[in-house]
Amino acid sequence: MFQSVGKSFARHAGQMLIRERVMHLLRHKRSERFHALREISFAIGHGESVAVVGHNGAGKSTLLALATGLCEPDSGRVMVHGRAAALLELGSGFHPDLTGAENVRINAALMGLSRREVRRKFDEVVAFAEIGDFIDEPVRTYSTGMMMRLAFSVAVTVDPDILLIDEVLGVGDLAFYAKCQERILHFRDSGKTILCVSHSTATAMSICDRALWLDHGRLMADGPIARVMDSYTAAMTAHAEYSTR
Amino acid sequence: MLKDFRIRYRNMSLGVLWSLLNPLVMMGVLTFVFTRIFPNPNIPHFAGFVLCGIVPFNFFTVSWVTGTTSIVDNAGLIKRVPVPREIVPITSVLSNCVHLLVQMGLLFSVLLISGVSVNRQWLWLPLVWAMQIVFVCGLALFFSAVNVFIRDTRYLVESACTVLFWLVPIMYPFEWIPKKYIPLYELNPVAAQVMSLRRILLAGESPVGSTLAKLAGVSVGVFLFGLLVFRRLKPMFYERI
Repeated sequence: MFQSVGKSFARHAGQMLIRERVMHLLRHKRSERFHALREISFAIGHGESVAVVGHNGAGKSTLLALATGLCEPDSGRVMVHGRAAALLELGSGFHPDLTGAENVRINAALMGLSRREVRRKFDEVVAFAEIGDFIDEPVRTYSTGMMMRLAFSVAVTVDPDILLIDEVLGVGDLAFYAKCQERILHFRDSGKTILCVSHSTATAMSICDRALWLDHGRLMADGPIARVMDSYTAAMTAHAEYSTR
Repeated sequence: MLKDFRIRYRNMSLGVLWSLLNPLVMMGVLTFVFTRIFPNPNIPHFAGFVLCGIVPFNFFTVSWVTGTTSIVDNAGLIKRVPVPREIVPITSVLSNCVHLLVQMGLLFSVLLISGVSVNRQWLWLPLVWAMQIVFVCGLALFFSAVNVFIRDTRYLVESACTVLFWLVPIMYPFEWIPKKYIPLYELNPVAAQVMSLRRILLAGESPVGSTLAKLAGVSVGVFLFGLLVFRRLKPMFYERI
């Protein structure tokens, strides 16, 4: 649940050497803030599946980061009940030099599984990922698709109450994509909550029944997915026509 | 969970052989310089004596530097997994304890070979080491948080380590330090550690109470201060990394 949440980032957050810091202080400039999210309020009930759509840089990933508890809002409140498993970008937290198996164990533990649970579910993860012998190879040798397979397998086998997905499904091949989708649907049908970011309208429509549309950090629409998608695609098409003209 | 985390570090760090090589070479060079070039007859078991300084100093510098960069080095983890942030610098220090164990093994072997015998005072060792670990964890917490905001912190830390090598009684005994500097030396946990180690291992005496008290006080103080600063800064990690 989000209560009028705002999140801003400092511009020039990349400049962090002492020299730059001192120059900054000497010039007495207040650093500008970039507002990734402004006054966002919504509540997602238990068992809902919600898609987040919007242009690149609209604040979708920031929204997920806030929901996962990776960062704290500047204003407002974020409340999350239950265990959330996030699939944020590829290989969330995988270490390139460790093998797939080691990464699975560490990631599952990081998501809050006990050692016994990890041992019990390990085979399930490996079976689901279908990457064969590569499980004992360092993750840096993996292809993007393999990495995503493994990350997805961990996230779904951890059996979270809330699944957060940040447009990762695009890289799997068709077979795995279908498998993931089936798993997510099963997940949804068993009453779990899903929050997913996707640029693929088809994927979003098939998984979710509600959508949030973000534009430059503002919540433009919140409602049944078909309606939100219609106005979103209309706006995007209009924008595309405008910029090509 | 902490244990799982350590696998991450263990696999990255150097093997046992490497962690033996550095103190061995240092011991050899320093022993050569201070027994052949500047002979000083008052220090018996010079190799063991030097090693008592090198082992804690090595542990200290390596964990301080890796601890300082730990948050920035694990940016992927910080940005994507909501794991308690304190774990990152602390495990980076604890993972260095593996090397510490190996180097302590070396220290004990060198001492036993040079004819020092095991005595009851060795029971003090775990306490002295624990203090050192608490101290370095505190430093790691503080400097890893600061390093997120000021990236050259790590270079300052590295320079400080070079300076400390001379200011910690590694190749000279504590007794040679002029009286007026002694209280200052005792406040430096690394020096206090080296001094206590030598008393326990070489002289077979229990460590001086006041030194031990200062060591404990400074270690716990630094740890709490580090934790406080870390807690204060950690909400900003996400956007600064």
